[in-house]
Amino acid sequence: MLGYENPTKALITIVKEFVDNALDATEEARILPDVKVIVKEVSPDRFRVRTEDNGPGIIEEKLALAFGKLLYGSKFHRLVQKRGVQGLGASGVILYSQLTTGKPARIVSSTGKDVHEIELMIDVNKNEPKVISHKEEKNPNKWHGIKIEVEAEGRYIEGKQSIPEYLRQTSMSNPYAKIVYDGPNGKVEFERAVKELPPLPKEIKPHPYGVEIGLLRRMLATTNARNLIGFLTSDFSRVGRGTAMQICKLAKLEANKKTHDLNHEETERLHKSMQMVKLIGPPTDCLSPLGEKLLEEGLRKETKAEFVVAVTRPPSVYRGNPFSIEVALAFGGELPQEGTAQLFRFANKVPLLYHASDCATTDAVIDTDWRRYSFSQSSGQIPQGQLAIFIHFASVWVPYTSEGKQAIASYPEIIKEMKLALQEAGRKLAIYVRQKHRIKERELRRELFEKYIPELAESLEKLTDKRKENLISALEQIVKKSGVKSEEDGKKAGNDKESEKTGK
Amino acid sequence: MEKRQETIKNLKKLGSKVVGEIDKGVNPSLDVPIRTLSNVKYDPHQKMITMGSGIAKRYFFNVGHVRKFVQTVEAATVAKELIDVNKHLSLRETFYRMKRTLPNSSINLVDEQEESNEAIEDLELITGSSRELLHVNANKLGSVAGKVIIQDKGDVIDWSKLGSGGWSIPSNVEDIVFKKVDAKFIIYSEKAAEWERLHEDRVWEKLNCIIISSQGQATRGIRRLLQRLHLEHKLPVYILVDGDPWGAYIYSVIKYGSISLAHISQELAIPGAKMLGLTAEDVVKYDLKRHLIKFEEVDLKRLDQVKNYDWFKDNKEWQKQFKLWKELNGKVELAALSSKGITFISDHYIPDKIKNKEFLD
Repeated sequence: MLGYENPTKALITIVKEFVDNALDATEEARILPDVKVIVKEVSPDRFRVRTEDNGPGIIEEKLALAFGKLLYGSKFHRLVQKRGVQGLGASGVILYSQLTTGKPARIVSSTGKDVHEIELMIDVNKNEPKVISHKEEKNPNKWHGIKIEVEAEGRYIEGKQSIPEYLRQTSMSNPYAKIVYDGPNGKVEFERAVKELPPLPKEIKPHPYGVEIGLLRRMLATTNARNLIGFLTSDFSRVGRGTAMQICKLAKLEANKKTHDLNHEETERLHKSMQMVKLIGPPTDCLSPLGEKLLEEGLRKETKAEFVVAVTRPPSVYRGNPFSIEVALAFGGELPQEGTAQLFRFANKVPLLYHASDCATTDAVIDTDWRRYSFSQSSGQIPQGQLAIFIHFASVWVPYTSEGKQAIASYPEIIKEMKLALQEAGRKLAIYVRQKHRIKERELRRELFEKYIPELAESLEKLTDKRKENLISALEQIVKKSGVKSEEDGKKAGNDKESEKTGK
Repeated sequence: MEKRQETIKNLKKLGSKVVGEIDKGVNPSLDVPIRTLSNVKYDPHQKMITMGSGIAKRYFFNVGHVRKFVQTVEAATVAKELIDVNKHLSLRETFYRMKRTLPNSSINLVDEQEESNEAIEDLELITGSSRELLHVNANKLGSVAGKVIIQDKGDVIDWSKLGSGGWSIPSNVEDIVFKKVDAKFIIYSEKAAEWERLHEDRVWEKLNCIIISSQGQATRGIRRLLQRLHLEHKLPVYILVDGDPWGAYIYSVIKYGSISLAHISQELAIPGAKMLGLTAEDVVKYDLKRHLIKFEEVDLKRLDQVKNYDWFKDNKEWQKQFKLWKELNGKVELAALSSKGITFISDHYIPDKIKNKEFLD
């Protein structure tokens, strides 16, 4: 099962699916998220995972379906910048837990009215929810949200690819959320850094250029349009009647052909023709990037860096899909003094923990010349230094390299946008870094000269009968007056190499 | 006495220049003539290496200069002190005299003798006063023997009556007076061991010459002594060095002057000096091929370097030598001649070469 290849990854996936859902739900309801994650060891290879959110909850009638039917609600048709697109979701977690431990999931939900608690399993053959028990309670405090708990096989680790790291990075890309983690080794709180939510992303219809054949098939199967021309004009963006006719003609299909009648080969022809017509790009106002302020706060809070700069690029399009790149750079502070820069990768606010080397973000970082921004970098490598790089890819459709959803595909348009964002942020950071270097260098110079001043004064006293004290204070005056500017050194004496002059 | 006053004046001038700039509130600087290959020229008319006019500015308020700047001023202070009390220090002693730790740090003003040596050489150039005038002496590394009587500090010394050690050449030979010189030429050997060979065989008596040696590169005292004998008594100078690029450079230093002391070539160089051996031809002639010590990377690099020096570049004879050495791909030591017989060098090698005028110029 996807995301459950090994017990370590399975445990992370469980947390990830629950937390993604919690954040999506709260954000959509315009509630500042409060998410609690509890992971407790039942036995060394078995864990109980529980999350609690303060979202809008799910009404009783839909509760079992929402969690107990795989691919329910079919987010596939909705093209909107969301976390959980393309995944098995919470029902996948419940299935995995059921397969490894045989235990039902316990779900508590309230929309602010009564509180419903169910024990849920999935009938695998029918893909139907199976409610084991259902309790209803009064809700005097008008609590709303979801609490969900499963028991599953897994292995718990901490470190680079772990639940706490996943939550830490989630807190970076969702700085308006408060996340409390109660794990096997104790409690960690990821505080909320800002009290505003980014604007809600808008749903758009797919653009013909960005539609994959599988999606097209599902769309054809479920559309309300009666014929091909209706399907093309109503279910896609930027397709008018003329263009739709053109597509049909190219695909050698009747415009009034029933959508359900298309066979395999005809669907492929249709898909191909859709790519051939000339169309304007999709609308790009549907995206909801974090924005520079949120980015900066998120990164600063978790890296404790001394300087953070963020850049949000205007939206762009790859293969008919609008996307927006955001980059933040953190420097100094509590970041590791030496070694390779840290790279934090996100797609639609979700941290990507695996397959960094296959990811467009890594390619873009390597392709950028960091030496321009005062960082050392070997060719083909991530730069060195006290630096953290945050890259966020926001889109209605994230082009993952594989079904594992851990790396973004390196489309030229995407790499280009990432590099532009990195360069812009790099230039801003370089100003700060250089100034810091300069100040430090100046201090070092000053210290150095101050050590040699008494020596010189002593020698000169013996050589010229001038008083040592007077010489020292005169020399110190020069240091103070000029600040021993590096420019002066450099201009007059060709940096540190003794300048050569010809002539007398 | 007058020279002493002038030296003191030069040293004080250096001090006052720096003090004046400090008082004016500007970055104090020293003008140091450049002592590298880039600033020396070979003058084919004088047959001498001469110094160019390149000058480097050395600043106190410059991270890269400050250390050398203070070292140079301190060298001047030490020199002034020495002249004031009329005492001399060796280069090694001068190093210790200059060495001290800067307050509140672990930095020493000089860490290696190389640094104090350079400071003194810079000081010579800045003040125009030679090291001897600054009362700093180099190590005594040379010996001399021959039918010569000299006077030094009131003592009369006969170079033919000093036993097996010969007279050891001081670093300052300016005040030596030659009372009687009975010799037709001078043989200089870069190796002390070869000098002892010649001395034991009493070559100076048999060939009526003066024998002088150094240990490796000839010191200033030795070079000045050679030059004075050459000029004042018209004695030809014949040079014995190992057959390798290093020997070739030692030869050229005596003949044309050196890169680092180009400013005093006039007082040291002997353009008339000639090379006796070992030449590449000697290797064949005296059957020394089996004693070749294979060139290493560094030898080959030096060979290319020396070959391209201006004073060798247009010399056909020498270019031929370098080509032959490269083909031989190994060096031969003077000591290797002993394979032909214990006194071969004294009885055959030198007399034959001189008789046949087999010199390399």
